[in-house]
Amino acid sequence: MNYHSKKLLKLHLAPWRMATVGGLIMAGLAVVGGRAFYLQSLHTDYLQGKGNAVANRNMTLPAHRGMVSDRNGEPLAISTPVESLWARTAETRFSEAELTRLADILGMAPDKLKLRLQTRKKGELSVQRPLTPDQAARVAAMGVPGLSLRREYRRYYPAADVAAHVVGFTNVDDLGQEGVERAYQDWLAGKSGERHVLRDRRGNMIRDLEPVKIAQMGGNLALSLDMRIQYLAHRELAAAVTANQAKGGGIVVIDAKTGEILALSNLPVFNPNNRRNYDPQRVRNRAVIDTFEPGSTMKPFTAAAVLERGLFTPQSVINTSDGLIVGNKRIRDEHPHPSLTVTEVIQKSSNIGAVKMAMTLTPEQFCDTLHRAGFGQKPGSGFPGEASGHVRNAKTLKPVEQATMAYGHGISVSLLQLARAYMAFANDGEVVPLSFLRREPQEVIGERVFSPQVARSVRSMMETVTHEGGTAVRAQVPGYRVAGKTGTAHKLIDGQYSADRYIASFVGMAPASDPRFIVAVMIDEPMAGAYFGGSVAGPVFAQVMAGALRSFGLPPDAPLEPARITQPTLPNPIQTHKAEATKNGRPA
Amino acid sequence: MSRVSMALALILIACALSLINAQHHARKNFVELEHLKKEARTLDEEWGQLRLEQSTWAGSARIETMARTQLGLITPSLDRIRMEGASPP
Repeated sequence: MNYHSKKLLKLHLAPWRMATVGGLIMAGLAVVGGRAFYLQSLHTDYLQGKGNAVANRNMTLPAHRGMVSDRNGEPLAISTPVESLWARTAETRFSEAELTRLADILGMAPDKLKLRLQTRKKGELSVQRPLTPDQAARVAAMGVPGLSLRREYRRYYPAADVAAHVVGFTNVDDLGQEGVERAYQDWLAGKSGERHVLRDRRGNMIRDLEPVKIAQMGGNLALSLDMRIQYLAHRELAAAVTANQAKGGGIVVIDAKTGEILALSNLPVFNPNNRRNYDPQRVRNRAVIDTFEPGSTMKPFTAAAVLERGLFTPQSVINTSDGLIVGNKRIRDEHPHPSLTVTEVIQKSSNIGAVKMAMTLTPEQFCDTLHRAGFGQKPGSGFPGEASGHVRNAKTLKPVEQATMAYGHGISVSLLQLARAYMAFANDGEVVPLSFLRREPQEVIGERVFSPQVARSVRSMMETVTHEGGTAVRAQVPGYRVAGKTGTAHKLIDGQYSADRYIASFVGMAPASDPRFIVAVMIDEPMAGAYFGGSVAGPVFAQVMAGALRSFGLPPDAPLEPARITQPTLPNPIQTHKAEATKNGRPA
Repeated sequence: MSRVSMALALILIACALSLINAQHHARKNFVELEHLKKEARTLDEEWGQLRLEQSTWAGSARIETMARTQLGLITPSLDRIRMEGASPP
């Protein structure tokens, strides 16, 4: 049908109207289409990014540093999350009252806090780290814009200064700086992971978008230390250093059977939880890092060297009456004796006797024995920076040097090294590698240093040291047989032996019938009058050894002495106990 | 023919619905898992803090000070301690 032909329906439109309306509609369509095209294909990255930003999240999975504990699981270093306060200085708006309140919470002076926040640096600024949980809650409650709390891991050392030198510490970035924290950094450090997740409207995670990179938590570490013995050692050492007005001191306790270091302590010491007054001198683990001239604690090695070559027997008599001159040096004894057996040379610590024994050896033979015992070599504990000490070269050894080395001068050792070398006497001639980590018994493979006969006979010589007439009667431990050797060395200051500054030491082992522990004690510059190893270091040894034997429950190997405590008026539980014990046929 | 198509269509719808259901459950479980993991982490951290607290309270130094000052205890000297044939641990 042709509408145009019907007059009534004929529409009179101006052609321009058609063009305008049609054009507008087309333009509208074009705009919409163009916009759609723009959004869909040109602007797509941005928009998808926006969408992802709302729904997708990249998360870092925090990994914390492993825990360090002692051999019984007692914690020595733990990482725990703490809140720290950060501020975006450009966004913080404070009223005067809020500032005062915040300063009050943080325990800062308001002026100081204001100054701190006024620095017009871009980005974020750490206001205080760390906060206590209580402070964190109060700051969060204030809700000041621009202030944020951030969760960080901080390391705490519950044993504080008691085990500070062994455990060491980490810096702000959680990197081990000293001690075990540094030696086992790779094991202790965690590796943070990452995951990419999709979240819903409420912020719940609903799906992993990529395979999760799992965070590797830092490994835990069980040290060989026994905190009971460590505390005892630390306490007794501190008491002795104070009582003797000494400059410092060190103590090492080793399990002779396994080579594990059960306790190691030095003075002066530091608190790893509070390093505001950081002093590198206090942080030094002197027992491992520093060396000293050991003095007479070297004599058992001289004796072992001549015994193993059959040059002397423990009963051989040495003439010690005449003053001995080697090179241009006169060897003297503090308490002269006309003649002594080899055993008595050790017991009474005769320099002349030791020198006379050493001079029967060639320099090579003497140095060989010392090297075998581990002197001049790193003790191999794995502790960072351990000292190897110094033994003179056998080829250039002068007679006078050989003579002084026989009684422990002109040779330098670390306390740990000395304790390790004594393991040869304790363990029937075998030295077990040292360890700061707890060891399973089957791992231990020893290294033979002396024959069992030599080790045993030197050990029984050293037992006489703590008997009546020996240099270390005060190192006795009631109930146990103790073997050991005292050392009193003049300190070398600026290349000269000081006349009144000494290093007093004692190294010993117990129970002497089958030694389990070796305790080495060194007191640096005792100034309160007494300076002999036996009277300064001996009592520390006795206390620590007694405690160690007790806490490991080792059976006494000495014949029981009559009870010293007598209270006639009261029934004495100790005596009744003893009566029962003898009745039961126990060794009396 | 049309009956078969109808049946297939119904099965298809059922499958689609169960897929949606499964997805929903998976998400719900995932949310719960995340929640529990977070709780485990929190508890782990709390455990660490409690251990720290415990070892601080039970520190040998603190106990010794308290024993000496509050209870008036002393360490016996060595000659007042006797070991009676103890058995090894």
